[in-house]
Amino acid sequence: MHGTEAQKAPVSQATRGIAKAPTGIAGLDELTGGGLPAGRPTLICGAAGCGKTLFALTFLHNGAVKFDEPGVFMTFEERPHDLVKNVSSLHYDLERLIAEKKLAIDHVRIERTEIEETGEYDLEGLFIRLGFAIDSIGAKRVVLDTIEALFSGLTNQAILRSELRRLFEWLKDRGVTAIITGERGEGQLTRHGLEEYVSDCVILLDNRVHDHITTRRLRVVKYRGSTHGTNEYPFLIDEQGISVMPVTSAGLDHAASQERISSGIADLDAMLEGTGFYRGSTVLVSGMAGSGKTSIVAAFADAVCARGERCVYFALEESPAQIIRNMRSIGIELQRWVDKKLLRFMAHRPSLFGLETHLAAMHREVAAFAPAAVVVDPVSSLLTAGVGGDVHAMVLRLIDFLKARGVTALFTSLTHGSLEHAATDVQVSSLMDTWLLLYNRESNGEHNRQLYLLKSRGMPHSNQVREFVMTDGGIQLRQVYVGPEGVVTGSARLAQEAREREQTLARQQEVERRAGEFARRRRQIEAQMEELQAQLADEQREIERLASDGTARESLISDERVRMAHSRKVVYGGAEEYASTSDKAGRPKQAKRRQK
Amino acid sequence: MSTVQGYSESYTLRLYVAGQTPKSIAAIANLKRLCESHLAGRYRIDIVDLMQDPSQAQRDQIVAIPTLIRRLPEPIKRIIGDLSNTERVLVGLGVDVLPGRIAQ
Repeated sequence: MHGTEAQKAPVSQATRGIAKAPTGIAGLDELTGGGLPAGRPTLICGAAGCGKTLFALTFLHNGAVKFDEPGVFMTFEERPHDLVKNVSSLHYDLERLIAEKKLAIDHVRIERTEIEETGEYDLEGLFIRLGFAIDSIGAKRVVLDTIEALFSGLTNQAILRSELRRLFEWLKDRGVTAIITGERGEGQLTRHGLEEYVSDCVILLDNRVHDHITTRRLRVVKYRGSTHGTNEYPFLIDEQGISVMPVTSAGLDHAASQERISSGIADLDAMLEGTGFYRGSTVLVSGMAGSGKTSIVAAFADAVCARGERCVYFALEESPAQIIRNMRSIGIELQRWVDKKLLRFMAHRPSLFGLETHLAAMHREVAAFAPAAVVVDPVSSLLTAGVGGDVHAMVLRLIDFLKARGVTALFTSLTHGSLEHAATDVQVSSLMDTWLLLYNRESNGEHNRQLYLLKSRGMPHSNQVREFVMTDGGIQLRQVYVGPEGVVTGSARLAQEAREREQTLARQQEVERRAGEFARRRRQIEAQMEELQAQLADEQREIERLASDGTARESLISDERVRMAHSRKVVYGGAEEYASTSDKAGRPKQAKRRQK
Repeated sequence: MSTVQGYSESYTLRLYVAGQTPKSIAAIANLKRLCESHLAGRYRIDIVDLMQDPSQAQRDQIVAIPTLIRRLPEPIKRIIGDLSNTERVLVGLGVDVLPGRIAQ
């Protein structure tokens, strides 16, 4: 991250306004819109030990290495040998730069006890030295660290002041970009009022101690002819040099992924449209002590690693071993991911060092390990490492940084008191895309965990309060019962569940009973139907029998008649017999008879 | 070149100037006068013009101009200014001043 971000901004900014000389210090070039005013002196002031010398040396080092601008370092305090040694921990190879004629160091040593002042003098010797050093390497940059040492070495203030004024004019004439360092004074920026002479750009460094923890800060007090960030920005010095952390450095231009990733808890995913968080989003899990924050983030980390992605777990309260052991009890086995190098724990006590160092450590870890997800557990404990506003700013910068890299981040935050005070102490909730609220609610003599999805930007999500249950098979979210007495959880919920089961059972039994009854009734009716049908069949048979009987008798009768007619010696020929009696009726009868 | 006279050692002095400025000219004149009257025969003066040889400034830790350095006797002493205050120059050089001679 060093250098790359810093070098992007200057080009566009420098075209407007005055020419600028990039410092190559991550963050500083952004907030000054490209660097220090080129060809002009800049005053960097601050108390002892706040990093002035290192700042100045970094300016020269980057100038020589990155921008092809050789530099002269004129030191009034430290010996060149000490300087080279001091910055070797930052991997600044000054000896090589000196050998390559990209850097010249001149140590100006003034011992008051050795010097007797007799009459008029000037500081032409200093000018000659500086001019000689600049010419010897073609320097474009100059550092005077700390020129105020002259005030303690020489007594004639009037001469000194007029010579300093002449020196700064001379530097401008030479067209070199200069850094003048000055010790912070009482009531003014520098002890000897150097800001009076160097009026183009003034940067103030600060190393404030708050609750035994120091935080370095930087502020651009003045920058003539240029806009600049006016805030105080934390900066850090570590083995990778200086980096300033402007809030705006990452900007709000990070891409927003459409991809969704599981939260590691199926029931929670179900509340989030069934899919989980957006990749690259920032999630806050806040709740009181013991409400299950760590369990939720551990489940998430587990899911991340299970997908074969890397995750960094910043543990600020518990040791990694303890987290691993505790999570094992709810069925989350993190050790295997540590073994597979997918999960990395970074455990620091928040009070171990200041906020900016925490931030730096996190930045470096994320940059080096390139994780898909990051867990900070808990972010609220950083409060002990700084005051509230600082933590807010730091979390903001961390979020910017993570979002720019598309890293999904889960932060836990410890809240105190009741639900009404759900606002996190760190005041970071507004920065979060998704906010899970956990709380312990007391009812019927017991505390039960509840989870509520307070917000989740960019997706329709469940608005239901769920009961949060940790089992040895993981985390489960249960529907809570909302009845006349309010939300029912815990054993009351279990009782309610039992009641419901009972009722269900009773209903089932009733149904079965009814079904049996119906079957029986059906059988009954069917039996009746059979009986009736049997009756019907009987009657039919009876009728048929009667019918056939009739026919038989009729034929018998007719046979009888034939026989009788025969016996009366009547020729059977109906026509003669009936014609006499009835003409009309006799014909059908005749026809009928024939048919038969 | 230097000669030792009794109790006194010899003095090796070097005066750094930058070109022919009024202050430089005055310093050279003042130094010569003062040496003749107090250190006659036991001093040596080198005059270095830093305009001619600027690298000397860094090597000899010169900041103010003019600067007079007493290289011998040890330890090294520095006197800056145009050397117009004779008494302070002599104190600075560590020259034992006999009573009455200052009045000259």
